[in-house]
Amino acid sequence: MSIELLGITILWLFLLGYVIVASIDFGAGFFALYGKWTGTGEIVNQVIQRYLSPVWEVTNVFLIFFVVGIVGFFPDTAYYYGTALLVPASIALVLLAIRGSFYAFDHYGKTNTVFLFLYGFTGLLIPASLATVLTISIGGFVEKQGNNVVLLMGKLFASPYSWSVVFLALVSVLFISASFLTYYANRAQDKQAEELLRTWAVFWSFPTIFASFLVFLSLRNHNLEFFNNMLDVSWLFILSFAFFLCAVSLLIRKKSYGLAFIFVMLQFASAFFGYGIGHMPYLLYPYVTIYSGVNNPIMAEALVWAFVGGLCLLVPSLYLLMRLFLFNAGYVQGRK
Amino acid sequence: MQDTLLWSRILTSLTLGFHIIFATIGVGVPVMIMIAEWLGIRRNDPHYMLLARRWSRGFTVTVAVGVVTGTCIGLQLSLLWPSFMQIAGQVIALPLFMETFAFFFEAIFLGIYLYTWDRFKNRWLHWAFIIPVVIGSSASAFFITTVNAFMNAPQGFTLENGVITHIEPLKAMFNPATPTKVSHVLSSAFMTSAAILAAVTAWLILRGRRTEYYKKALRLTVLWTFVFGVGTALIGDLSGKYLAEYQPEKLAAAEWHFETKEHADLLVGGVLDEKNQQVKGALPLPGMLSFLAHSDFNAKVTGLNEFPKDVWPPLFVHYLFDLMVGVGVYAVAISLLFLVIRIWNKSQEWNSWLLRLIVLGGPLSVIGIELGWMFAEIGRQPWILRGYMRTSQGVTTSSDVGAMLILFALLYLVLGVVCIYVLLRMTKKNPPEAEMQKRGITL
Repeated sequence: MSIELLGITILWLFLLGYVIVASIDFGAGFFALYGKWTGTGEIVNQVIQRYLSPVWEVTNVFLIFFVVGIVGFFPDTAYYYGTALLVPASIALVLLAIRGSFYAFDHYGKTNTVFLFLYGFTGLLIPASLATVLTISIGGFVEKQGNNVVLLMGKLFASPYSWSVVFLALVSVLFISASFLTYYANRAQDKQAEELLRTWAVFWSFPTIFASFLVFLSLRNHNLEFFNNMLDVSWLFILSFAFFLCAVSLLIRKKSYGLAFIFVMLQFASAFFGYGIGHMPYLLYPYVTIYSGVNNPIMAEALVWAFVGGLCLLVPSLYLLMRLFLFNAGYVQGRK
Repeated sequence: MQDTLLWSRILTSLTLGFHIIFATIGVGVPVMIMIAEWLGIRRNDPHYMLLARRWSRGFTVTVAVGVVTGTCIGLQLSLLWPSFMQIAGQVIALPLFMETFAFFFEAIFLGIYLYTWDRFKNRWLHWAFIIPVVIGSSASAFFITTVNAFMNAPQGFTLENGVITHIEPLKAMFNPATPTKVSHVLSSAFMTSAAILAAVTAWLILRGRRTEYYKKALRLTVLWTFVFGVGTALIGDLSGKYLAEYQPEKLAAAEWHFETKEHADLLVGGVLDEKNQQVKGALPLPGMLSFLAHSDFNAKVTGLNEFPKDVWPPLFVHYLFDLMVGVGVYAVAISLLFLVIRIWNKSQEWNSWLLRLIVLGGPLSVIGIELGWMFAEIGRQPWILRGYMRTSQGVTTSSDVGAMLILFALLYLVLGVVCIYVLLRMTKKNPPEAEMQKRGITL
């Protein structure tokens, strides 16, 4: 495998990690808010707070990691995306900043409806705005005009493809989050929360799969080349659909929620990699490929080594974190 | 175009200026928490344990702001300076990448530390979880500072016609500016955090809280302010020697030293008549600049006139430099005064004037950090990569920077105000006395 391909695979894996972890987090924020509105808040809040408190900070790091990594491996992306995305990325940053800090303010400081509202609401806006970056990457929305790189906002807002991606991002966040929290509530032996979250998970599963097809179809009109590339790996998408069916059937039959969540992760992982392979070799169609302006091989190698070293530190630490909180029956059930 | 450059510079400094307050706390406070909990276990003293516990609670709120503003600056580097990142990103990718690893490490263990109070039978086990937090926060400060050091003293690559070749990642990371910069950043962060905690304690004592708990907190924080303050001053002296060798124009601008001279004076204060290169009203310390630059009172120090005028840093950096040094001297002097008084005349330990001076030391140290960074950053203008790329060549071509400046300014305003409000409420709603009573600790 060439170093470029290795680099993008590592980064793609990390982005997938972010998508899963952040979805749980974003969805949880929204559910907490929704619970408050509908009066079911007390039931789910316990579960959500117990899960989120020790891990909220870790989520943010996944994103920074991806951004720093892609600029390091493929410096041209800094130039193109950096110039084109000033406004949308700044807005996403402000949302992220509000969300992250207000969670801490609310949780460690003083519980406050305004804080909770900001926290929950931004949880829906952020995935939508981040998904837009993926939309842009398939081309047609960024144009090089002389020395300047311009984002064609009007075109982006008018595109059915871009809206279907936003729709997919929203519903899958809620689906991933609800299915994880169902599992977590089950571990906590909190029957009420488990039942409520399970209903939500089943409820959001249908729009998720509907949106996936919608994205697929609208991509065909937007960029046929990518669409055909993706058809070449259609087995991945079929696999993804199969995982989805397994997950939903487990959720409906109220069985092994842990396994159900693993199926949900596999569903997204296979679709995510199918999409990623279809995307290759472009990072920004048609200006940046993984080969153009690739970093110096020495640096790329150093980065890969740093990555390996970093993982040796991270994996045991993350394992410890999970042992102490996520998979610690005493903690989950609120006894510790 | 010119506006974009100006707005981008202002927005970058605004983000960094806001972030470093929380970053400094993020690096320094875990060290103080570590010391307090260590003392608590060691001496079996619940007061120190409570200190560690309360500090870490407030710390979490500041960490949140530090994390989100750090995310902002991380992305703004590419958003505002895309051409710079396209070039330099190739050389500094390694430390940037490792910084996020260190940060990851810190985030994981901070979560563990915060949620495992009273969970283990062996209290040292809980204490041990703060160590990776300290290592992680200091390591991320280390890595990110090497990036800044690289911008000041770029090496480890060849640049020909805008193309970078011959990259040596480690050589770029361990450039001549790295040792002094990193150690100065770390020690000043430790000092500032200790000074802030001392200020909070002194303020509470002034408001009439006079139990053993506060006494211990004040002694501990002031002692460490002094220790870290002396360290910072010594490293500051080494930084001067680094500047003299590698960035002489920065040192010369800081000291309004125009003509190359032996036995050069260090100027304190003063006003500059820029046209005639005349300084009025400054207090000259004979030979001190030579000593700062080369450890020799008679050594020759390169003057600013040796450099073409278009690479001169702005000359007002002298004020920033003087004020920064002044703050450092103040922090060391006040903490020394407290320590001396404590030994020499114990009855004056809670002298209200002394306490007021300690309170003042907290915000002053934060200002000192800001001034020091302003001096370091403005002092390397007009370069973004000294000797390679000018700041104007690195800036974005987008025309919306002005609007983004307003957006972020509002964000930081809201974050700053709410953060202070939340921190104040935390102490008010749950004062140490109430917590001691709840936990059955004698006052």
